Amino acid sequence: MNEIVNPVHLVDQSFYFIIGFSFFFLFVITCVMIWFVIRYRRSRHPVPADIRGNLGLELVWIIIPTIIALGMFVSGWKSYTGLRTVPKGTMEIEALAQSFSWIFIYPNDKESENELVVPVNTPVKLKMTSLDVLHSIFIPAFRVKVDAVQGLNTYAWFLPQEEGEYDLFCTEYCGTGHSDMTGTVRVVSREEYDEWLEEDAW
Amino acid sequence: MKATASFFETPEPARFKGILSWLITLDHKRIGLMYLFVILFWFLLAIFLGGLIRLELMFEGQTIMEPEIYNSVFTLHGVIMIFLFIIPALPAVFGNFFLPIQIGADDVFFPKLNLLSWYLYILGGIVAIISLFSDGFPDTGWTFYVPFSISTNTNVSTAVFAAFILGMASMLTGLNFITTIHRMRRPGMGWMQMPLFTWSLYATSWVQLLATPVVSITLVLVILERFFSVGLFDATRGGDPILYQHLFWMYSHPAVYIMILPGMGVISEIIPVFARKSIFGYKAIVISSLTIAIAGSLVWAHHMYTSGMSDTAVFVFSLLTFIVAIPSAIKVFSWVSTLYKGSIEMTPPLFLSLCFIYLFSVGGLTGLVLGAAGPDIHVHDTHFVVAHFHFTMFGGTGFAFFAALHYWWPKMFGRMYNFKAAYIGAILLTGGFMFHYVPMFVLGLMGMPRRYFDYLPQFAQGNFYAGFGAVFIILGIVIMMINLGVSFKRERDAAADPWGGTTLEWMTPSPPPLHNFVGEPVVDKYPYDFTRVVAKHAPGGQED
Repeated sequence: MNEIVNPVHLVDQSFYFIIGFSFFFLFVITCVMIWFVIRYRRSRHPVPADIRGNLGLELVWIIIPTIIALGMFVSGWKSYTGLRTVPKGTMEIEALAQSFSWIFIYPNDKESENELVVPVNTPVKLKMTSLDVLHSIFIPAFRVKVDAVQGLNTYAWFLPQEEGEYDLFCTEYCGTGHSDMTGTVRVVSREEYDEWLEEDAW
Repeated sequence: MKATASFFETPEPARFKGILSWLITLDHKRIGLMYLFVILFWFLLAIFLGGLIRLELMFEGQTIMEPEIYNSVFTLHGVIMIFLFIIPALPAVFGNFFLPIQIGADDVFFPKLNLLSWYLYILGGIVAIISLFSDGFPDTGWTFYVPFSISTNTNVSTAVFAAFILGMASMLTGLNFITTIHRMRRPGMGWMQMPLFTWSLYATSWVQLLATPVVSITLVLVILERFFSVGLFDATRGGDPILYQHLFWMYSHPAVYIMILPGMGVISEIIPVFARKSIFGYKAIVISSLTIAIAGSLVWAHHMYTSGMSDTAVFVFSLLTFIVAIPSAIKVFSWVSTLYKGSIEMTPPLFLSLCFIYLFSVGGLTGLVLGAAGPDIHVHDTHFVVAHFHFTMFGGTGFAFFAALHYWWPKMFGRMYNFKAAYIGAILLTGGFMFHYVPMFVLGLMGMPRRYFDYLPQFAQGNFYAGFGAVFIILGIVIMMINLGVSFKRERDAAADPWGGTTLEWMTPSPPPLHNFVGEPVVDKYPYDFTRVVAKHAPGGQED
């Protein structure tokens, strides 16, 4: 399964790229600002210079940030395409949102509520819709989030690479029970998943 | 300076004494002050509600209120802060008071329309209060997203109608300012002689005038849906819930520029005055204001990457979002460069402006994470977004509002305040601010969604720190307000030009007379030419 690029890495790379530049700019701007205020305080520098602009400098700080911003856009877009391009051989699970719980329907029509069980190292595609108002599924560990809209089919996919339990939230405000509309993603071995799927839940 | 009767001493008409003479006034300065007091009331109320939210979230589980109440409280906090504080704060208070003076006029072009705007603003506020005491305040969040806003039982219609009325007030103010700037500039004041605060209001007013009708119509549609169930946004009947989001953000994203542009204008006034040095790149700042107004109107769907709209739309809106970041960056670079080789005097307005530059930069830079398509998917609708927009709206516009208060206070009321208390307030506020919002960035990255009444144990620590910071924010604001209030006990003895400014409001007594100027103000060829100020304050020069 290693040929599939996990979009989690792309998203994180893009995030670190953007936040790295941001910290750098913030640090420089703040230090320069404080240094100017101390260095050119009135008691030490009573007569100000009369500088009204500098076209060259202004062009530099238009062009360089534009290039960096476009670089950020490209990295963000690349990671987004990773999140949207579903690889072949993906397991499809239907996810229905309702106030205030999640229903998951598996390929053999088994249903589960607020607990999504998936086999490790298998890409999973969630086919989403809502039975009432807007909801949004959010699994922070897999960097995925997509709104569930009544009358519209949306999707998200992810690749769980480690067994374990992960949190799942509703992130589109949906009313009183919004913050209780949480669940768990349980990533298990292939054997355990097959066994669970055949278990009679009812 | 000769003693001139200020606008506070305007002769009263026979039947309207005292406060009544204010309620029928057409004087832009009085209307500005009337806005100031009402807006401060709403601001302090919304701060209190914000404090309640953080207190509830400080500990796991239910702390002080039920989830239903919590949902109404954060809705109310958002609606008041957005529609009754941030959108009108700078244009309605300082724009009304100073725009005509800065261009050398004696009032706005439509003084009666100006008073009507104030009454509409008051009416909108009253309707908002009525909705609170009728069927329970709406619990939809300030975005009123359908279908929830149509199906919930609370009194959404009245609250939405309040926002509609407030939109009218905002539009009329915009119309008034545009006309005033076009028609009433003093001879000699061309476009490139206009102060930057006035320029920023010009750009803002166009957005107010063109974008507000979109949200007004959208809000009316919500009311229609609630009463007549037309089905415009109902998918089961061929409508589209996403359409609402487009219409809503088509106004509400430009609205964030309505909020921040005048703030940027204020900072562009304050920095040169206390550096006693011309603003760096006047034209670049003017052009960037206009670019922000235009490009900012084309990025609305970056609130909707997860909504289910097409990937092509995500591509376009993400790209445009990065383009609109550039003019804001230009302004920050220009402000910092203005300080270079200046002669800098530290005062409370300058201190607040420097805090603005820092906090707004944090807000702007974290906005880049949100503008990027992939990373936004992770942080969308989490506490990361909450922290981001509070850094820009509160750290940006809020701090610009405080800076403007301290900068123009002696001009508006003729009284100076205590500097030491002002610094203490500002430091508590800024320190509390960092303590309050930085943990929210971390919470958001960890995955805590916004608008959550309760949370998982891993989020407890961050929420506790945030609540802790809120205490200092509130303390700082209280000290700041009391300090300004106490100044009314002092003598009305502020100089006409206490700071050494170059724009026209400093060429008239503090507070200004009814018709703004004593004699004819002289318009400089360049609005930030400090040579005269430098000469006046040089050793041996003529002090005031």
